[in-house]
Amino acid sequence: MDIEPTLSIEHLTVDLPEGADRPHAIRDVSLQLWPGRTLCIVGESGSGKSMSANAVMGLLPKGVSVGAGRILFGGRDITHLSEAQYQELRGQGIAMIFQEPMTALNPLMRIGAQIAEVFEAHGRLAPAERAARALQLLREVGIPDPERAQFAYPFQLSGGQRQRVVIAMALALEPRVLIADEPTTALDVTTQAQILRLIKDLQTRHGMAVMFVTHDFGVVSEIADDVAVIELGELVEQGPAEKVLKAPDHPYTRRLIAAIPTVEFRDEPAREEPLLRVRDLVKEFRTGARVVKASDHVTLDLMRGETLGIVGESGSGKSTLGRAIVQLVTPDSGTIEMDGKDISHLRGAALRAHRKRIQMIFQDPYASLNPRARIGRILTEGPIAHGRPRAEAEARARELLSLVGLKASAMERFPHEFSGGQRQRIGIARALALEPEIIVADEAVSALDVSVQAQVLDLLEDLKQRLGLTLLFVTHDLRVAGKICDRIAVMQKGRVVELGSVEQVFRAPREAYTRSLLDAAPGLEVQP
Amino acid sequence: MRGTTFMKIATRIAARLAKAAVVLLAILVLNFLLIHAAPGDPAVVMAGEAGATDDVFLAQLREKFGLDQPLYMQLGKYVWDVLHLDLGFSYRQQMPVFDLLMDRLPATLLLTGSAFAVSLILGVAAGVLAASRVGKWSDTLISTVALLFYATPLFWAALMGVLLFSVVLGWLPPFGYETVGSGFTGIRRALDIAQHLALPALSLGLFFMAVYSRMTRASMLEVAQLDFVKTARAKGLSRAVIERRHILRNALLPIVTLAGLQAGQLVGGAVLTETVFAWPGIGRLMFEALTQRDYNVLLGVFFVSAAMVIVFNLITDLIYGIVDPRIRAQ
Repeated sequence: MDIEPTLSIEHLTVDLPEGADRPHAIRDVSLQLWPGRTLCIVGESGSGKSMSANAVMGLLPKGVSVGAGRILFGGRDITHLSEAQYQELRGQGIAMIFQEPMTALNPLMRIGAQIAEVFEAHGRLAPAERAARALQLLREVGIPDPERAQFAYPFQLSGGQRQRVVIAMALALEPRVLIADEPTTALDVTTQAQILRLIKDLQTRHGMAVMFVTHDFGVVSEIADDVAVIELGELVEQGPAEKVLKAPDHPYTRRLIAAIPTVEFRDEPAREEPLLRVRDLVKEFRTGARVVKASDHVTLDLMRGETLGIVGESGSGKSTLGRAIVQLVTPDSGTIEMDGKDISHLRGAALRAHRKRIQMIFQDPYASLNPRARIGRILTEGPIAHGRPRAEAEARARELLSLVGLKASAMERFPHEFSGGQRQRIGIARALALEPEIIVADEAVSALDVSVQAQVLDLLEDLKQRLGLTLLFVTHDLRVAGKICDRIAVMQKGRVVELGSVEQVFRAPREAYTRSLLDAAPGLEVQP
Repeated sequence: MRGTTFMKIATRIAARLAKAAVVLLAILVLNFLLIHAAPGDPAVVMAGEAGATDDVFLAQLREKFGLDQPLYMQLGKYVWDVLHLDLGFSYRQQMPVFDLLMDRLPATLLLTGSAFAVSLILGVAAGVLAASRVGKWSDTLISTVALLFYATPLFWAALMGVLLFSVVLGWLPPFGYETVGSGFTGIRRALDIAQHLALPALSLGLFFMAVYSRMTRASMLEVAQLDFVKTARAKGLSRAVIERRHILRNALLPIVTLAGLQAGQLVGGAVLTETVFAWPGIGRLMFEALTQRDYNVLLGVFFVSAAMVIVFNLITDLIYGIVDPRIRAQ
């Protein structure tokens, strides 16, 4: 090949400050970005995959610095530029988009002004032209009603629209390199699919080189031309996407790909004994004049011993349903029956006595454990509140820890001493401590890396079999639902639009909405 | 669209004003009852000053002031009068309370207003400077001085200010509103008042200046960590623009809350300063009225102070709506 790479990273080592868990964020990494091609940098959290992107932009966090190697942009060494030189480069030569569209825009500035600012920063165009060009960019990235959107504030746009705005800013000066740091991780599957398509389109139209940082092999299979896999700061494998995805050389790559949840169809007999019946459940949320129907006459049965998946996009009402079942939300009308009794309006002692029968595992393993409580207290608090003697509760807590694969010594430690996956195990142990019949898992594995996700899913499956649990699994991830569930309920705008066995939903979806979700799910493969 | 937004704002203000009226009425009643719960009444104080202790004289005084009526009658009459904007008559000063307050109000507003402006401007400026030089010596200096101001009692700072600038250096007058009997007019008089104003305004503003600077610094540093600041850097904006347009604007939101609190004290918050500097304002009027059990004057001051707090609360909320579009939309 005689074309020059647009961006070339040569033997780059990025040093971490003293006292970090390893000396280098990345070590001796070499990568090339070619015009019109997308390089996906894949790795788990903490692998250092984002550091390479930040190093290129000169946006490394305080205390982190380039230790060795160099970065060439169009042949020019940009490893150690001055702040003024970096300002010149950013946005103009290399642009970047980020993971969190909800927070990536200044909440107090109008959208159009935030885009126009890019021209101002680089002294391009007259002030009046800047606004016109911003409007044009909004149109190009497919914002609905751009004439109005340019005067909107970020909070008036959805997550997907905000990400489009960030992309518009990045494109403003036609940079030769676009760095995307997990730009779709926080988005719904359908929005994610749209954004991925948009990036692909823009890349072809403008001939940019794209560096796409992600943890998701599904996304990789959709967008990558080349793939680089990073494990704990070391580049373990790189090559064309086809090759890396189909025939990975390195065991770590193989492990990561194997950990992607695959849809499993089970041949178990359908379970027919309803443990929990939800009938005509209605719950509305009001903000000012806006009314959101989070549950719009939801009716479904949860059978004893099954795993029922509730899938849908954000705002579909899937979490509200889960919360209503654990009695964290009081429905406006409708009933939730267990053993023939309506449990949705229990109060006081009756509610407290009932609570132990249904327990919940939460999404965020960081926020759902009290940071000032030792694990022992977290695991025994519930049983003690329900009248267990302390000694017995502690003995049970130790058993539970070994059940979820942790050491009994964890009892004396605090949540911050554990990794995300370990904390989710603690969350599971906490839910089990009350010996519930039903566990509601609300996006319980969504915040975890794929390899950890696979372990936690296996653990849940194993516990369910051993303890005879019934599981309600709320998730936006169809792959996860397809792996762990027996039946799936698809929710849209507060209603259950489709309910059936995994095989029926994945192979022969009845609703167009279900089909669009399946189409959008990155890297989802179902054997026909 | 614009029209409906305006209507929405107008309706909201009207609703707030209605609520404010209720609150004000409650304050009125509460003030009245509290004052009457305190031992002693104007008649006792006046009789004491006159050297008379006989009960007939006291009874006469009480009858004259209406103090012999049952409490609920007095309260009813008082509320009725206030509703008609009649704050009563001060028998001590032989003047209607309203005129008395209007007479003193300009001096107080001049003092508290200057203190407010000085503390807000200097405090925020110092905070911005400290935040942009975080960890450097200028940051340490600003933070230390702010802490010192923050910890110093107001009257102590005032006394030390007098000692240094008036007694030792002789630059500024130690007390009063203007040079008595100087006959200055126009610019010369304004200058004279400004000289008298400097020390009390500064000592009154020091505490809030320190609070503003600490808060601005902390708020700026917090906002600087947010994602959109990184977006701004990735656009290639210069540091100065990022600090001014992105960080400072967002960091000022909590400052507005605090400024609203301080502004609420514009009338009632300078009692100590006015007393120390013999400043002829509302604060000193209140202090004198208190020692003399001049009920009508005291109630008048309380009423105006409370009304001020309510008005500035409303203004603060409106300003919030202007600076933060998210609040406007609610």
